[in-house]
Parts: sequence; C-alpha cells; structure tokens
Amino acid sequence: MNARLRWRKFVSNFMLTMTGVCAFVSVAVLFLILGYLLFNGGTSINWAFLTQLPKPVGEEGGGMANAIVGSAKLLLGASLLGVPIGFLGGIYLAEFSGAKVASVVRYAADLLNGVPSIVIGIFAFSMVVRPFKGFSALAGAFALGLMMIPITLRSTEEFLNGVPRMLREGAMALGASKWKTIATVIVPAAYRGILTAILLALARVAGEAAPLLFTSFGNRFWSQGWTQPTAALPEMIFRYAGSAYEDWHRQAWAAGLVLLGLILIINILARTILSRGIAVPRS
Amino acid sequence: MKRTALLIAAVLVCCTLVLGAQNHLLINGAGATFPYPIYSKWFDVYHQKNSNFEFNYQSVGSGAGIKQVTEGTVDFGGSDGPMNDEQMKAFQDKRSTQILHFPTVLGAAVPTYNVPGVTATLNFTPEALAGIFLGKITKWNDPAIAGPNKGVNLPANDIVVVHRSDGSGTTYMWTDYLSKVSEEWKSKVSKATSVNWPVGLGGKGSEGVTGLVKQTPNAIGYVELTYALQNNIAFGAVKNAAGNFVKADVASVSAAAAGAAKDMPADFRVSITDAPGKTAYPISSFTWLLVPAKIQDATKRDAIKGFLKWMLTDGQSYCEQLSYAKLPKEVVDKESKAINNIQ
Amino acid sequence: MATATPTLPSAGPVAGSRSFLSKLREGDEIARLITFLFAATVVLITVLLVYELWIDSTLARHKFGWHFFVTQTWDPVMDEYGALPFIYGTLVSSTLALLIAVPLGIGASIFLAELAPARISDTLQFFIDLLAAVPSVIYGLLGIFIVVPIMREWIYPAINKPLGFLPLFKGPSYGPCFLTAGMVLAIMVIPYIISVSREVLLSVPRDQREAALALGSTRWESTWKVVVPFAKTGIMGSVFLALARALGETMAVTMVIGNTPKIAASLFAPGYSIAAVIANEFTEATGELYTQALIGLGLVLFLLTFILNGLARLLIIVTTQKGSKVSA
Repeated sequence: MNARLRWRKFVSNFMLTMTGVCAFVSVAVLFLILGYLLFNGGTSINWAFLTQLPKPVGEEGGGMANAIVGSAKLLLGASLLGVPIGFLGGIYLAEFSGAKVASVVRYAADLLNGVPSIVIGIFAFSMVVRPFKGFSALAGAFALGLMMIPITLRSTEEFLNGVPRMLREGAMALGASKWKTIATVIVPAAYRGILTAILLALARVAGEAAPLLFTSFGNRFWSQGWTQPTAALPEMIFRYAGSAYEDWHRQAWAAGLVLLGLILIINILARTILSRGIAVPRS
Repeated sequence: MKRTALLIAAVLVCCTLVLGAQNHLLINGAGATFPYPIYSKWFDVYHQKNSNFEFNYQSVGSGAGIKQVTEGTVDFGGSDGPMNDEQMKAFQDKRSTQILHFPTVLGAAVPTYNVPGVTATLNFTPEALAGIFLGKITKWNDPAIAGPNKGVNLPANDIVVVHRSDGSGTTYMWTDYLSKVSEEWKSKVSKATSVNWPVGLGGKGSEGVTGLVKQTPNAIGYVELTYALQNNIAFGAVKNAAGNFVKADVASVSAAAAGAAKDMPADFRVSITDAPGKTAYPISSFTWLLVPAKIQDATKRDAIKGFLKWMLTDGQSYCEQLSYAKLPKEVVDKESKAINNIQ
Repeated sequence: MATATPTLPSAGPVAGSRSFLSKLREGDEIARLITFLFAATVVLITVLLVYELWIDSTLARHKFGWHFFVTQTWDPVMDEYGALPFIYGTLVSSTLALLIAVPLGIGASIFLAELAPARISDTLQFFIDLLAAVPSVIYGLLGIFIVVPIMREWIYPAINKPLGFLPLFKGPSYGPCFLTAGMVLAIMVIPYIISVSREVLLSVPRDQREAALALGSTRWESTWKVVVPFAKTGIMGSVFLALARALGETMAVTMVIGNTPKIAASLFAPGYSIAAVIANEFTEATGELYTQALIGLGLVLFLLTFILNGLARLLIIVTTQKGSKVSA
C-alpha cells in the first residue's frame, strides 16, 4: 500500500515537473529566437542598413531602407482598407443587426480569417494585379487589408458588446439618438480594446510574406505612389535568406531582427493598452 | 490623444503622397536568375548615368519572366531559354503584338559539386551527367564518373542531386544539353524551363541551388558559371562534342558561340549547347531580354531602347569582370539594327 | 447635426411609427445603412473569394476531375498535374508538427492552468502570445540556418544509424525534409495549443478537481484523469486549430521542405506542400492549365482549412458550454 502510494506520488511529481519543463521549453523558444536574431543580425544594423538601397548582387553593403518604408506603406494601405470595414462592420453587428444577419456576417469573417495567406495572395492577384496589369503596392495592401478585416470585425463587436448597459441607457435617457450614443459614448468606452485589436491585426500582417510574392512583387528602388511594385521586409528576408551570398544572409538576419522587433513592440504596446483599460470579458 | 493620432495619420498620408510625387520612371522587369548579377550591375550603372530611369528587375526565374511579360504585368522579361513557338503565339494572342528576343550576354551552366575530400576538378562525360540526373548513377565512385577521373579518390557515397524548383532558363540550358546527348533524357524528361525531374532536391533560384550544394555533402547541381565562381564552389569540366574535357570560362563560352554568330536567325532564338569546336564549352547559352514589339508608353519605349543600345556598347565592357562572355560582334551588329523593331 | 425633433423623443428603436425621413434626419438610419454596407462587404468579399477560386480552376477541374486527387505526377512539360504529392506533404508535415506540438503544448497548458500561480501563469502566457506573433519568414530563417544543419548533422545520423532499416527512417538526408518542416511547424503551432487549452482547462469547474482530490488522488491523477478528460473536447478543438494553421503555413515550410513533388515513406525525404508549390510556381506558371491547376490546389487547401476550422470552433464551444452548464 505504502509502496504503491509512494509510486503514485513519484509519478505525480515527475509528471508535473515535466509539464513545467514543457512550459519552460515553449517560452524558451521565444528567447532563443530573439537571441539568434540579435546574435546574427544585431551587428549588421547600422545606419547604412537603415538608410541605403540594396546594392547589386555581389557587392558588399547596401541596405533595406526601401523595404522598411515599403512595409510601412503597405501597412498604411492595409489599415485604410481593413480598419474601416472591420470597425464599421463590427458596429453594425453589435448595435444594429438582427441575430440571423449577424451570424452570417460572423461566419463569413471566420471563413475569411481561416483562408491561408497564400490563397489570399491568389485572390489579390486576380482582383488587382491582373486587371490593372501590374504588380503594385496597392495589390499588396489589398491582400494585407483583407487579412486585417476579420480580426478587426470580431474584436470591435466583442468590445462594443462589453460596454456596460448602464452607459448605453444613460445616454438614451438623456435623449441621444442611437448613432450619437454609439459615436460619443459606446465607442470611446471600448476604444482601448478596439485599438488593441487593430494593433494586433497590424502586427500579424506586418510579417506576412506569402501574399506579397505576387502582389507587391519587390523593388530595388524606392517605390513611388501606389501603383508601383514595392519592396517589403518579409519579402526581402525570404529572397535574401534563400540566396547564396553571405552578405545577403547577414542582411536577412538584420531585417529579421528589425521586423520581429517591430512586431513585438506593437504586441507589447497593444497588450499594455488593453490591460490599463476597462476590463472586458476575454473570449 | 485623439488630436495627436489625427496628426500622425495626416503626416503619414502626406508622406506617401510626397514620395509619390517624384519624376522617376520605373520600368519593371522580371525573369532569369542566370544573368541577374550582371543585370543588377547594369541597371545600377545605367541609373547612375540616367537618374530619371529606374529599371527594377526581379530575378524570379525565366519561367516567371515569360509568364509575366505575356500577362503584361512587367514591361520586359528575361529568359535563358528562348520562348518556344507555343509561348510566342500565346504572347501574340494576348497582347496583339510580337515578342522580341534580345541576346544580352553569354553564359554557361556548370556542374557544381560538394564531395567530401575531393578538391580536384572532376571530369564529367555526357553519359555520366545524364545518368546522374536520371537517377541511374547513384554513387560517386560509379565507373562512369571514376573513369575520366583517374587519380581522384571518389567515395562510395550516395549522390544528392540538386535541381531548380522554379521555372528556370538555366534548367532549360541544362535539359537542352541533356536532350541532345541522351535519347533517354529526351524522351523521358525533355527540355523546358520546368521539368518533371526523376530525382533530386529542388532549390529556388540559382541562389537556392548554390546554397543547397554548398551546404549538402555529396551534392551535385547545376548553376551558372558566375554563381559558381562568386561563391567558390568547385565545378567540373564537361566533355564537348570534339571529345575534349573543357572547363567553363569566358574563352570556352565564346568559342561555343563563335559558330552560331554567323548563322544567327533574325529572331535571335538559337541553341548553342553541344557546340562544335575544340575548345567550346558544351553547356553554353545566350540569355535574352524579352521585349514587346509595341510599347504604348513613348517614354518607356525610348528608355528601353536607350538601355538596349547602351547595353550593346558600354554594357558589354562589364561582362568579363563578372565572368560572362561578351556577345560576338556579328550579333551586336544585328541586334543594333533589330532595336528599331521596337515601336 | 440632429436638432430637437418636433416629435416626441423616442424610447430607442421601439417607435416604428416615425417616418423614414425623420429617422434619416436623426442620422440613425444612415448609420444603420452605412454600417450595414460595410458588414455586407465582408460577406461579399468572402463569397467573391470562393467564387474566384472556383472559376479560375475550371479548366483543371474539367480536365482532371477527381483524378486530380490521386495523380502523383506534376509535369509542367506534359501538362499533367496531380495534387497527391502536395496533399501528402501537407498532411505529413502537419501531422509531424502535431505529434511534436500536442504533448508539449498540453503539458505546458497543464502547468499554466493547474500549477503555476496566477501571476506566473499570466506572464508566461504573455510570452507565449508573443511567440504566436513571430512571423513565418522568421521561422523560415531559423529553419534554414539552424534547424536544417542540426537535422543534417545531429538528428539524422542519430536516428538513421540505428533505425535506418525502417522505411520511416530510410534513405539519405540532405537537411530539408518532412521532419524538418514538421519540427519548424511544431514550434509555430505550440502557442495556439497552449493558449486555447489553458483557457479550456481554466474553465473546468473547481468541484471536479476537488472531488478527485477528496477521493485521494494525487495532483497529477486529478489533473490527468479528471480535469483533462473534462476539457478533452476543447483541447481537441485547439489541436484542430493548430492543424488548420499548420496546413496553410507557407513561408517557413517552403524554406525547409526540399521542394520535391514526390511521395516518400521516409521522414528524411524531401517533399512539397500545397502552399509551398503555389508560392514557388504561381508567378511562372505559363499556360492556362498550369495556372489553373495551382489555383485548384489553392481551392483544395481552402476547403481543408475550412472544414478543420469549423470543427475546431464547434469543439471549443461545446467544451466551454459544458463547463458553464455543470457549474451552474
């Protein structure tokens, strides 16, 4: 009896320690990744890297300034497409719609969310690149914007629903019309959560390379306006990493560090904003 | 908080508009990775001389180059394998004009390998290469390989074949040569920018293949001469039609082109693999820029024509330092006249 | 701007007797219309996407029909296309990923939900969420330069020497292979398993745990034999979610799977996945049939992820409802 109990206790302690190991390993991976990027790319981030254009193949030096700006541009375009649709659509779901319509829209959004990013790239190619006869920043922004829609939509709806009824009813009691209530009371109450969601959506699409392969295509120079192809950080990393030049590998690491740094900062910022705001139920 | 957000947004929007307000003309091209080192050099130098033209060339493979120029999503393409009749017809149907081929440089595809312990230059017969890539010859110390390499200690390791996973003119060159020297290859696999490889790992772009061969012991792949030289990978000599083992270099590639230059067809589509000549390197090829015969935008058209003219004169002087062979004089003359066909 | 209307102030959207115009003047109807349009756009986009995928793969579907799913050849020269090698590669790499990630993920989520004090649990979860945010190309980068050499120099010799006679471990390895892709994918999907499983475990009512402990079970036994089975459906849901993510993963897989459209039993053989072949060959597919075959592959992938996502959500909902029902 005693021996069996001791065995069970041993198993218990062992297995629980193992779960701790699992947790530790999982978290350690994050730091490993950061470590590798810092080690391999940290030294390559200098002023030249951040401000120069890529040099021809085989020549040392050069930078990824156009990719950094290109990524920023694509994100801006993506937001212009994804945020209004997601935000206003979310308002509709939370404030105006009936149950049936709401479930259809939600289902469509979930479907869109589950589409692999490469397939979104195919869609953007057929919708933008082919008709307009050219690769462009617009096509890239379109693809990324599509990916932002579901996250923004669901989060907006969720956070708006989380606003306490008292606020709503108070506003109504004071005679405000519905849209005024939404605009001046409900949305401001939920803005932290919504902003967080937008930031997280941005962070997610910032790292996507697959949809960019046949939309924004790539550019060795500064991309002007929206109708020209543009370089972007994830796409450059992909091309440089697969190359045979040591110098390009080095630059790929540096770009990876810049990209990951940006994404992590946005994520941390987003979560900090959320935790400081009104507590809303997590799904 | 709201005001600062609006301010930031306004600044960002202004930035994109300003960045879009300059007067540079961006001309987009895509295609072969084979000549990418020299194209990127050329476009860079040309941009410095004519700062209002920017040629943005993406090395995505000859297959993509042909496809995208046919679709019209890029202004010109690049390919190491000439477009076949079917593809040319497809272009004609889609864009209601012809596609013109302009040879730019000559290059070669070399067999690169990474055999542990072997530092010598290996000699490959056509039969050996065909056998390896068909998957019939599987070990490095096979007699077909060991035969011409007496004195080299070849291990009994399995050969790791590496080929291009994307549509590639280099693949076209390689398979064109193999089709000429091996009936089995011709019927089983044939020549194209993208084929159904019997064996091997796929690398994306010449960069991918070079990377794979470099990192994988016992690997053999094919890449352009330039890439092999720049990355210090061992590459072998190939037996040419005259029976000599020739290692690729500028001289032997030029020798391969010498014969073809005189009989160059008007559309410049010609294959010079397995060329006659004592010193000719058998896996050589021209590489072409694919330009539509009719270009709507007059400024673009003149920019492209201007570049082509420069390429045929000053541009050719950059060839040797990057290990490409210059175009033979007869070809240059013929091409200069052909530029006028672009309307 | 809404001024005071001549009619009585309404008690919200109840009074249906006001005219459309007056509602319009108050802006509510406009607001409703505008937001409706945007919400409708979402549905429209989704429908359009599926439609485009369907239409743009017509040639391929008509030519190959169901054979598409069982043909092994992928020959651009002969214009013969079959999806089997890619479906195989996608499934194998994803299954390998799950085999690695599920035990690790569930173990970690047990730790976070049952053992760790709330603050540590939240902090660790924070880091796990950050891990989920790392983009695919970065995993690809690490894959090429770190995992592939490790695979080639350490893991492959260690397994192949003793077990090389098994078809599963046979053959030469170049580095990029199914197993490498599986390993990289595993790291990518662990955060999803952990996050969802942790939530689900946390929602298991306390009395279940306490009842088990009261009956004399050890901590581990109460967790493993009572709590986890209770949350089983939700955990399954998280696994499906992770699988859906793994199936659609493009960049990281392209960089480490070997890009060879062949079916091989060995884990060390190079392969290809649906997403990877589309990424590599889409821009260069000359000829309508080639392009449409690729889009057909995209459609297959879409359907796979669609089904899995649906199942996942169903399972997760069922579990969390179960939890709340029992505790009520």
